[in-house]
Amino acid sequence: MQAQLTLPPSTIDWHARMRPQESLSALVWRRFLKHKPAVAGLAALIAIFLLCFFVPWLTHYDPGKTNVDIIREPPSLAHIFGTDELGRDLFIRLWDGGRISILIGVATMIVAITIGTVIGSVAGFYGGRVDNLLMRFTDFVLSIPQLFLLLLFAQLLRSTNDPRLSAGPLPIIVIIGILAWTPAARLVRGQFLSLKNKEFVEAAKMSGARNRRIMLRHILPNAASPIIVAATLRVGAAIITESTLSFLGFGVQPPTPTWGNMLKNAQAQMTYAPWTAIFPGLAILVTVLALNYIGDGLRDALDPHHVE
Amino acid sequence: MTKYILRRVLEAIPLLLLISIAVFALMQLIPGGPLAAYENNPNISAADLARLQEELGLNVPKHIQYWNWITAVLRGDLGTSLVTQRPATVEILERLPNTLYLSLVAFLGALLISIPIGIISATRQYSRFDHLMTTVAFIGQSMPVFWFGLILIIIFHTTIKNPLTGGPLLPGGGMYTIGADFSIEDRVRHLILPASVLIFFSLGTHIRYMRAGMLDVLHQDYIRTAHAKGLSERAVITKHAFKNSIIPLVTIIGLEIPGLVSGALITETIFSWPGMGRLFFTQGIERSDYPVMMGILMLSATLIVLFGLVTDVVYAFLDPRIRFD
Repeated sequence: MQAQLTLPPSTIDWHARMRPQESLSALVWRRFLKHKPAVAGLAALIAIFLLCFFVPWLTHYDPGKTNVDIIREPPSLAHIFGTDELGRDLFIRLWDGGRISILIGVATMIVAITIGTVIGSVAGFYGGRVDNLLMRFTDFVLSIPQLFLLLLFAQLLRSTNDPRLSAGPLPIIVIIGILAWTPAARLVRGQFLSLKNKEFVEAAKMSGARNRRIMLRHILPNAASPIIVAATLRVGAAIITESTLSFLGFGVQPPTPTWGNMLKNAQAQMTYAPWTAIFPGLAILVTVLALNYIGDGLRDALDPHHVE
Repeated sequence: MTKYILRRVLEAIPLLLLISIAVFALMQLIPGGPLAAYENNPNISAADLARLQEELGLNVPKHIQYWNWITAVLRGDLGTSLVTQRPATVEILERLPNTLYLSLVAFLGALLISIPIGIISATRQYSRFDHLMTTVAFIGQSMPVFWFGLILIIIFHTTIKNPLTGGPLLPGGGMYTIGADFSIEDRVRHLILPASVLIFFSLGTHIRYMRAGMLDVLHQDYIRTAHAKGLSERAVITKHAFKNSIIPLVTIIGLEIPGLVSGALITETIFSWPGMGRLFFTQGIERSDYPVMMGILMLSATLIVLFGLVTDVVYAFLDPRIRFD
């Protein structure tokens, strides 16, 4: 560390890259820090996380408590984001809803990326008929507009009249997740196709490793970078999808707040209480924008060919 | 080329067949089946339900039901709407032109705006303009389509007033003023907000791909040669770089069409636009109108497969490196 500081600035990066002591994660982190919008995105995301977890916890207001004396109050010092038609404080409600929206985003990403990675790696690794079959299946999923299918699935769940299947976040996570895996599958397949003929895979084969081991231990770690980037972007996309479904009335059902159903609630009154529509949407915008910038920064930071 | 197109068409047939089976199967999954809409209706007795089942051919085995349905679909008969009692084909075809009209305007608008912006951004990489546009592109990709629509309504419908009439600056919904005579001005005023929403939705991706495509081409040797010959910047861009730089954009447009169809559903719902997406939502989903839902799913899937095919052909035409065999 001491030696590095004495070097002229122009050579620091070069030496840092050659330095065997610097771990991969340290290198990625250092490069990530150079991407200013991504750092700002990370800071914003951390702030949103903290607000989501601490605001509903620390305030003495109950986000679901109604109060007929303060119906549709515009933003003021007492209620900085205003109140809604039942006199609920929108500032607290926003962060309470953010918990569910972010939870749905992250959980959906895990479902989508897992399915996509499994399908993509099997298709790319085995190739031939298996690949053809799985990719035609991917085309098939992509040919029906996603929102139409989501609405249909949501309607299907609702018609069961079972509150566990029609109101909470879990069914929403499952239906968004099982439709959102296609980009990840194509991406992972591409990675596997280009990596499977590399020397290190040949070497692993020679040493007698089984297919499963080669896929999980040799190829997948090398394909991790684009998957991490795709996963980051997927969280944002899932938050938007949840909000759209909830907005159309087929997402998480009230009184549980999410950013989407707060907007649904705002639609009827936005002409005379525009703040009810503005703040939940801004929360989605800032969160997703932060995630997209982080994804962009990670893409640069994880790219081995990236020139600093 | 003809052989390539023919092969792609032949490949599309099994795909559409598979989609039709999936659509049919999905409808069977809904508890209560196609007559669920009637089950809670006190005016319809059990005997009526049985008679309806008989009339609609729902008492035969599933595979025969599928066969009856798909052969009727191929003849252009999508069944009778359970809500309006009119042929579903008529219901859908009445709405389809409105959706195509809105989508086409938005599609062309997005291209007309994003192509020049992408080119300027690429030729002045890292300039203030480039940074501004890249940021706008990112913002466009980071917000829900419907929220942007709501904000536009708040701004241009409820807040800003028309200085001449004192009414709203722009209409907040519908395709034309009901009861008024046909006028192009009225149509255009109704089109501005929904079209802007759809344009902004695809603008981000389009600008990024156009910019990346142009940047890639600008670093090629033949562009340096064109510059070395003493050609003007304008000639280099329009004559040498443009055609190749648009290839990535064409690819992404093909992948984006399903997203556009979904986007149209939301936009039509917010702006009460009498299109196919709104029909699917308000009549199909909310009132369980099976024939209409199935018809729209089949039609939109066919359109998606068809436009995907068109993009592939355009792509092959633009990029001679792609072999057809």
